[in-house]
Amino acid sequence: MSVSALTPLYLLLGLFFASVGLRAWRDSSSPARMARTAFFALLALLFLVGDWMPAVVAGVLVLLIALIAGFGLPSGYVASRIPARTHEAPSTRLLWPILAVPLVTILLSLAFARLQFDGRALFTVQSGPLYALAIACVIAVFMAVRLTQDHASAAIRRGGDLLETIGWAAFLPLLLAVLGTMFSKAGVGTALANVIGAWLPMESRLVALLAYGLGMALLTMAMGNAFAAFPVIAGGIALPYLVNVHGADPAPLVAIGMLCGYCGTLMTPMAANFNLVPVALLELKDRNAVIRAQIPTAIPLLAGNCLLLALLCFR
Amino acid sequence: MNSAWSWALLPILVVVLGFALRQHPARVVLLATLSAAVVSGMRWDEFLSALGESFLKARYLLVFVLALPVVAQVEAFGLRELARRLIGRWRGVRSGRLLIGYLAIRQLSAALGLTSLGGHAQMVRPLVAPMAEAADEKTLGELSDAQREDVRAMSAATDNVGLFFGEDVFIAFGAVLLMQAFLAENAIELSPIHIALWGLPTAFLAFVIHATRLLWRDRRRSAAL
Repeated sequence: MSVSALTPLYLLLGLFFASVGLRAWRDSSSPARMARTAFFALLALLFLVGDWMPAVVAGVLVLLIALIAGFGLPSGYVASRIPARTHEAPSTRLLWPILAVPLVTILLSLAFARLQFDGRALFTVQSGPLYALAIACVIAVFMAVRLTQDHASAAIRRGGDLLETIGWAAFLPLLLAVLGTMFSKAGVGTALANVIGAWLPMESRLVALLAYGLGMALLTMAMGNAFAAFPVIAGGIALPYLVNVHGADPAPLVAIGMLCGYCGTLMTPMAANFNLVPVALLELKDRNAVIRAQIPTAIPLLAGNCLLLALLCFR
Repeated sequence: MNSAWSWALLPILVVVLGFALRQHPARVVLLATLSAAVVSGMRWDEFLSALGESFLKARYLLVFVLALPVVAQVEAFGLRELARRLIGRWRGVRSGRLLIGYLAIRQLSAALGLTSLGGHAQMVRPLVAPMAEAADEKTLGELSDAQREDVRAMSAATDNVGLFFGEDVFIAFGAVLLMQAFLAENAIELSPIHIALWGLPTAFLAFVIHATRLLWRDRRRSAAL
């Protein structure tokens, strides 16, 4: 491992996690003090020095974090140790920092996409928007601190409390990315495509079409990510059966097939950053509340997608 | 057992069973990761390096937490009350119609590639959910815990639907480029715009289905009064 294009961002995040861990350690009265301290300290370590540590060591730390998340951290822990100073009539100017985050992010990502140094692009497609978001957040914190005539350290402490409220859910998307890698190493998707191909009568156009659309949704639900499911299902079902045997038009076939996968994303806890992180952020009691709110949209949409596949791929 | 069965399916079984039995997500994922490692016959040091390497590569997923200090700071100084007051001035407001407006903005901006206009930490928690909640309070009076939970979950769901079925229409979006690269590998040459345009019918359908649900929700609430 070595320094990456995103290392400065990881250092910033690492410092934030370290400050949360430090406060958890100092706070001797709160529950699960050791687990919370260790969780954020290990996370900070992976962000601060992860680029310079051997992958095996990083793996051990990840395993420890996962064990703490699964067995040590209290769930539904709500930290609110800093008294909230609520005014009688809060000023509309409080909206500015919140609106500044998306607007500055957009402006900076548009600018970063054009920025060149010695004829080479300064930012990549991935790093540009991430730096834009980070800088926008820093600018917005200063705006918020000025507006509220408070100290920057208070805003960082309050942000840390909010992060503790999200707790292990914030870390889950990372763990799921790890699982996705392990799935592909174990050949999980290919095995599933083989089973579908072996068990279903794919010489029927309708069966092959449904196997493709529903297979995309199901594998996406299992892996939590339509991007990971797409090459497996498109390579295992769409190309050999729908394009080569039944003569489907490939352009609508791949585009709508991917969107069948997105319907799956709406229905799975494996897509943690979309379906579980908001549960923690909005302090909901039912872990599946967001998924339950999405299922009545996802199922008719999946049916509509299958219909669109049938109509648009075989014109 | 059919000959097509392969032990590589075991990790999927672990995931499905774990979530069906409502086990702790971190434990389910940990067990599934271990079973995938066993199935693929990794040595323990290979397993640990794969674990560390893929975790370090995915760290960018946590950049959103940098928005938390801003959100927490303005909330401590009354952002939620402000959202409530803004909604209070708005006559005839309904949570469903408010969320349809947000859905339209989210979907259109994502289709233009502006996916950062929204998000659960930056927009839904500080602004969208409190406004929808305040709109419901205006029509229904004091909300029960179930009603509060419902309107918040619906706000998050609307953000997801708008993002997913907007971004796929954008030609420079990763999914479109992934599909183009996949087809090119299999000797089918297509331009990104050719693929992205086929996302339009579904984008339209997603808006119609979700907006209909939101309108229906408003109507049920008015009828219940």
